[in-house]
Amino acid sequence: MWKPSIFDRLEPGTQPQYLHPAYRSSVKRAPTQPLIILPHTLSERTGPVFGQSCISANDHDLTAQHAGPPLGERIVVTGRLLDEGGRPVRDALIEVWQANAAGRYRHKMDQHNAPLDANFTGCGRTLTDAEGRYKFLSIKPGAYPWGNHSNAWRPAHIHFSVFGDGLLSRLVTQMYFPGDPLLAHDPIYNCISDEKAKQRLISIFDWENTSPEYALGYRFDIVLRGREATPMEK
Amino acid sequence: MSHTPTHSQTVGPFFSIGLSALCREDVECGTAIGARVRIRGRVLDGDGQPVPDAVLEIWLPDSVQGEPQTQRVAAQQRRDFPAGFGRIPTNERGEFQFTTHKPMVRREADGTAPHLVVVLLMRGLLRHLVTRIYFADEAANATDPILNLIPPGRRGTLLAKQSSNAENELLWDVHLQGENETVFFNV
Repeated sequence: MWKPSIFDRLEPGTQPQYLHPAYRSSVKRAPTQPLIILPHTLSERTGPVFGQSCISANDHDLTAQHAGPPLGERIVVTGRLLDEGGRPVRDALIEVWQANAAGRYRHKMDQHNAPLDANFTGCGRTLTDAEGRYKFLSIKPGAYPWGNHSNAWRPAHIHFSVFGDGLLSRLVTQMYFPGDPLLAHDPIYNCISDEKAKQRLISIFDWENTSPEYALGYRFDIVLRGREATPMEK
Repeated sequence: MSHTPTHSQTVGPFFSIGLSALCREDVECGTAIGARVRIRGRVLDGDGQPVPDAVLEIWLPDSVQGEPQTQRVAAQQRRDFPAGFGRIPTNERGEFQFTTHKPMVRREADGTAPHLVVVLLMRGLLRHLVTRIYFADEAANATDPILNLIPPGRRGTLLAKQSSNAENELLWDVHLQGENETVFFNV
């Protein structure tokens, strides 16, 4: 008999506060009233189930979606999706998007004066395998300026959107790269005070998945909320 | 062994690159269904300005049929989109609309009223917001255990109300701040 996962309340400080004035856009968009504590019902413990039908052949390979290869440093991004109990989350949908190597998004609202790349859209999708593993091929995104404050630059990052078992495990986050000098100055990365939690958003350079003569490997493991219900729990 | 969940980061202004392919304005339900309705509204910020770069994800909990694995096999065989899920970005005027079936089935015998779950993402939100849509004409709202947790003066922010335009059209706006700030949940 299937039992939905158990979702513990989040420990204070493990997720960002909505209002973070250093990130200017949060000021007029963060709720001001206290959030109502919601006892978890089946409405949130369940969620949509995405199948292979939502994925096409080259969706995991951002370098193979056009006539030619995109410009930039090729990378292999791999990782595991785990729940809070350390169990792999299998068959989970991961969607990614990113800027091109010059730091430009293929989006009409991106006004950064850096070149577009006709061979790069910057969009990927995959499902995790039975061990919770995923893999994307891409190029390393460039840093880019933004209007948050004077001379503001976003560190290189890849956006991740993940659906686990149940809506309570919904996660949207960003993966960063090791050694990026812009991280110390980025109000989005620094929205959380816990140093260990911040470190977990930085991928690890990965010799094992570095592909000889082809691409550098980066590893990014993701932990979703939720854990297996034991017989003692309902 | 206990792992701390990875922390959230904003979806940013350019999410459509990654999320558009799985956008759906028609939230299909695979099970017992009620009247077909269109729900539309706007997302407004603390200045009352429309938010043109938000995305709503709708979950119709009544669409759950059996175990996730069964659903997954079914989804793969049918080659279609997951039942009960919708994803709708706002347009340049901050507007959104979607169609669905008004939920009917009540799985919990505790007075729960029909509702939809909404996940709201946008630039400026370091973590998504969670809220619900209830139906203004539903008598069961009076007994709903979640609505009853909310101060009476704020419950109305979760009610989709009949539009004067069309019979099956309901209106529901999201106010991120201000006098009519929408109720959001700490989940």
